[in-house]
Parts: sequence; C-alpha cells; structure tokens
Amino acid sequence: MSSTIAAARPLPENRTAPAFRFAMLLPGGLVTFFLILFALGLVLFLAFRGNDGSLLGVGLTVENFVTVATDPLYWTVTLRSLVIAGLVTLATVVTAYPVAYYLAFRAGRRRNLLLFLVTLPFWTSYLLRVFAWKIVLAYNGVLNSAFIETGLWSQPTLAFLNTPAAVVVTLAHAYAPFAILPIYVALDTIPKSLLEAASDLGARPFTSFRRVVLPNSMPGVLAAALVVFVPTVGDYVTPAMVGGPASTMIGTLIQSQFGKANDWPFGAALSVCVMLVILCVVLVARGADRRFGSRT
Amino acid sequence: MSARTDTNAGGRWLGLYVLGYLVFLYLPVLLIPLFSFNNSIQAAFPLQGFTLDWYRSLYGNPALSGALANSLVIGVIAASGATLCGITVSYMDLYGRSPLAATISAIARLPILIPGVIVGISLLILVNLIGLGPSRISIVLGHILVALPTTVVVMRSRFAAIPKTIREAALDLGASDWTTFRRVMLPLSAPAVLSAFMLAFLTSFDEFIVVFFLAGTEPTLPLYIWSQLRFPRSLPTVMALGTVILCVSFIIAGSAEILRHRGLGAARRNPA
Repeated sequence: MSSTIAAARPLPENRTAPAFRFAMLLPGGLVTFFLILFALGLVLFLAFRGNDGSLLGVGLTVENFVTVATDPLYWTVTLRSLVIAGLVTLATVVTAYPVAYYLAFRAGRRRNLLLFLVTLPFWTSYLLRVFAWKIVLAYNGVLNSAFIETGLWSQPTLAFLNTPAAVVVTLAHAYAPFAILPIYVALDTIPKSLLEAASDLGARPFTSFRRVVLPNSMPGVLAAALVVFVPTVGDYVTPAMVGGPASTMIGTLIQSQFGKANDWPFGAALSVCVMLVILCVVLVARGADRRFGSRT
Repeated sequence: MSARTDTNAGGRWLGLYVLGYLVFLYLPVLLIPLFSFNNSIQAAFPLQGFTLDWYRSLYGNPALSGALANSLVIGVIAASGATLCGITVSYMDLYGRSPLAATISAIARLPILIPGVIVGISLLILVNLIGLGPSRISIVLGHILVALPTTVVVMRSRFAAIPKTIREAALDLGASDWTTFRRVMLPLSAPAVLSAFMLAFLTSFDEFIVVFFLAGTEPTLPLYIWSQLRFPRSLPTVMALGTVILCVSFIIAGSAEILRHRGLGAARRNPA
C-alpha cells in the first residue's frame, strides 16, 4: 500500500531522470560515435598518410590523392563505376515505378501480399542472388543450355558472363527490391483528393499521371535512386563473380588495397573519393527534391 | 465510359507487368533449389535426374558445421546488440527531446549512405587499432552496424504508431521514465522488437560484403560459400546449402512480417 502511494506521487527527478537518459543514449551513442563517426574519421586520417606497412601509415601527405587524380586507370574505373551504378539505378527505378504504382493504386486486397513478395528478396542472401546469375550466365550455364535445348542456338556463347552488361543485369536484379518501397510510400501518401480534383477538372488519366502523380512521387523516386546507387557504386562482389577483368569497379580496387595490394592509406584515399562522389550525388538529389517539393 | 474501360485495360496490362516483374525477381533465385536436386555437376538444361546426394553431402562436413555455428552465434549476438540500439535510439529520438538523441538517430541511419566496402575497411582499421584484429567480435561489431538502420526504422515506426496519450497517461499517473519505458512502451511494441531482432539476425546471417574484411580464421556461412565457389565440383553442394539458407530466410522474413502487422493491429485496437 505504501509503495502504491509513493509511486503515485510524481517525483520531480522522474521528469528529467538523467540516469535514464544516459542509459538510453549509451548504446546508440557508443555505436554511432565510435563505430561510425570515429571509424570514418580514421579512414579520412589514413587517406592523408604514406604507406610504410604499419597500421596507421606515416607522415602527412596528399600523394594518395595526387595518384588518384593523375593516374588514368582510376579515372577509367571511377567513370565505369559511375556508369554501371547509373545504369543500374535507372533500370531499377524505371522498372520498379509501375510496380509501386500498381501497389499504391490498383492492388486492392492483394496489396499486403504483393508488398511482402516484392520485399522478400531483400532479406535473402545477396551472395546467393549474385551466385544465381553466375549459373544463369555461365558458358555451360542455364541460359546457354536452354537456348541450345530449344534449338535457338547451336553453340554456347561466351557473350553473357564476364561482361559489364552481366554486372548491370545482376546488380539491377540484386537491388530491385530496394527501389520499390520508397516509391510506393511516396505514391501511397499522395492525397486521393488531388487525383479526384484532377479528374473532376477534366484531366485525362495520363495527364493526371504526368501533372499530379509523377511530380508528387519524385521524392520517393529520388530516395529509391539513392538507396540503389550507393551500394552499387561501391560493389565488389558482383564484378568479381560475373564481371571479369573488363568490369573492375572502384569497390574492387579498394578491396584489393586492403588485401593483395596491401596499401591501406591509398585504399583509404580511394574510399574518401567514393564518399565525396556519393556526397555530390546526395546533394544533387536533395536539390532536385527541393525543386520538386516547391512545385507541389 | 470509354475512359473507364481504358483504365481497366491499363490496369490489366499493369497487373501483367507486375506478374512479369515478380517472375524476374524470383526466377533466377529459384534456379538454385531446382538445380540442387539435379543429378549433375553442371547447372544446365536438360535436367539429368532427381537426387538428394548434394543434401547428403552437407552432413558430416566439419568446415560447414563450424561456419554454420559461427554464423548462428554471431547472428544472435549482433541482432541482440542491433535491436537494443534500435530500441533505445528510436525511443530517445521520439521522446528524448534532445538534439543529441536526434543526432544519434540520424547517424544510426547513415550506414545506408555508405557502400559496404567502406563500412568494411573503416571497421577493419578500427578493430586493428583497438587490438581486436579480424575476429568474431569484430564481425559482431560490423553486423551491429549493418543491421542498425533496419532496427531503428522498424522500432521508430512502431513507437510512433503507439498513441501519445498512452505514454502521457503513464507519466501522469506517476510512473518514472524507466517504468513507462519498461512496463508500458516496451510491452506494447514487443512484436516489433521480435520482428526487428529477426530481420537483424537475417541481415547478419546473410551478410558478406563487410564480413569479408573482418573475419579471422573462423569463417561465417557466406564466407564458406564464397570459398567453395572457386571449385566447380562443389557447386551442387553450394546450391543445396543455398536452398536451405533461402528456405530459412523466407521463413524468418515471413514470420517477421506477420509479427510486425499483427502487433500493429493490437496496438491500435487496445486504446480504443
């Protein structure tokens, strides 16, 4: 009984509860500041060091960045990564949009099931999804053998595997589920009254789509583009599995600096460059978002 | 009237498109189970015959069972850590009313904007600096980071769906912050906690890009698969293993999805 009375009395320190605050902020604070910010800070620091085989390098230098900027190899690979990631982003967003549209406006009672089906691959092994494409595209693989079996071709072709096109297709398939959800959320939150107003004012379905639905869904499209672009631009698994030497991407180079090449400071400098590129893309997306946002 | 038939026809085409999209999404992945039962080293048509040999070869493989045990232990610990962080970060973000809590929440979702390879190398530098080196503990740290955006997003949307009045009532009736959190808010979001844990576990269990940098001498299951891909003769075994992993992933992800929806309905019904 006495405990009930004590509990019923609001104590002033319960309102602020610094101990509670501290305990609740501790796990997230440790992870975010130590594992994310401090670790990224280390990469930035290491990027300005020389390689002497030790963990944190030696001296203070911009030589790593000079090499990245002057050696045409890095320009080629960076450009290739941007083109591949750009194509993958374009392909995933364009193919995902109609699916998101269907989910938002046409799916009806099947909506939850369909949403589950399109997001399920997101939770399956990325490695296995890429591996699946390796067996599809291989010389003795599914596609070649299926074409020969059906009599379309008489000879297996090497043209599938170890090409940049294989990388684009595989990445587009692997990251397809990433694009649908942001677009769906944007489409789903468009007030239905806007669509009714458009049709009441005599807009044909296509006009209403072009002038109302599309501009209003642009924030979702940009978010989708970002979540597809970021992981693909730094990918090293897919180029290694289905890409062959002609599709080396910037992630491959970073990975090899921390592996075979064993030049950690240079790998860190490459990582900083990738992060700068991503920052630029984020800023452009943000700018575009604001433009579309102001139009509505 | 003609406009309506137009939209109906458009809807039918759109429905077909969605069907085709789903086929594209699932067909390549479903080839793995298909060829795992095929009595041939080559994953090619025509199918040779039905066999369970590849599944039998999974038994009594010490390297494989070691990798599986590693993946399970790392997955459970990393998922616990990521779920704990997800709960506290999103709760403080919504109710802490402090710039620090909002900053932590924003940074916690930052890994979405960092390619996996950079997460991997930054943690590799970090764990070498603090003396852990590539090890199971390092993998746990990496997977907490990779799963963090998921748990934060799941828990944040769940806490936000609980009517504000419930928490305010608890506080007005004299419950401390801690009691309100532990006795009111946490039980109300229990299904989401379980869902976040399962999704974090799956993220860790299937993760390859980051673990590649952080693994010492004890590989996880994806690393074991990667090491086997070099040998053409072991591809059917990899497909059998992949089939098992896909089934487990489907079941866990499906349960997590059901939990998330079921729990949400209950939270909305209760206050009414």
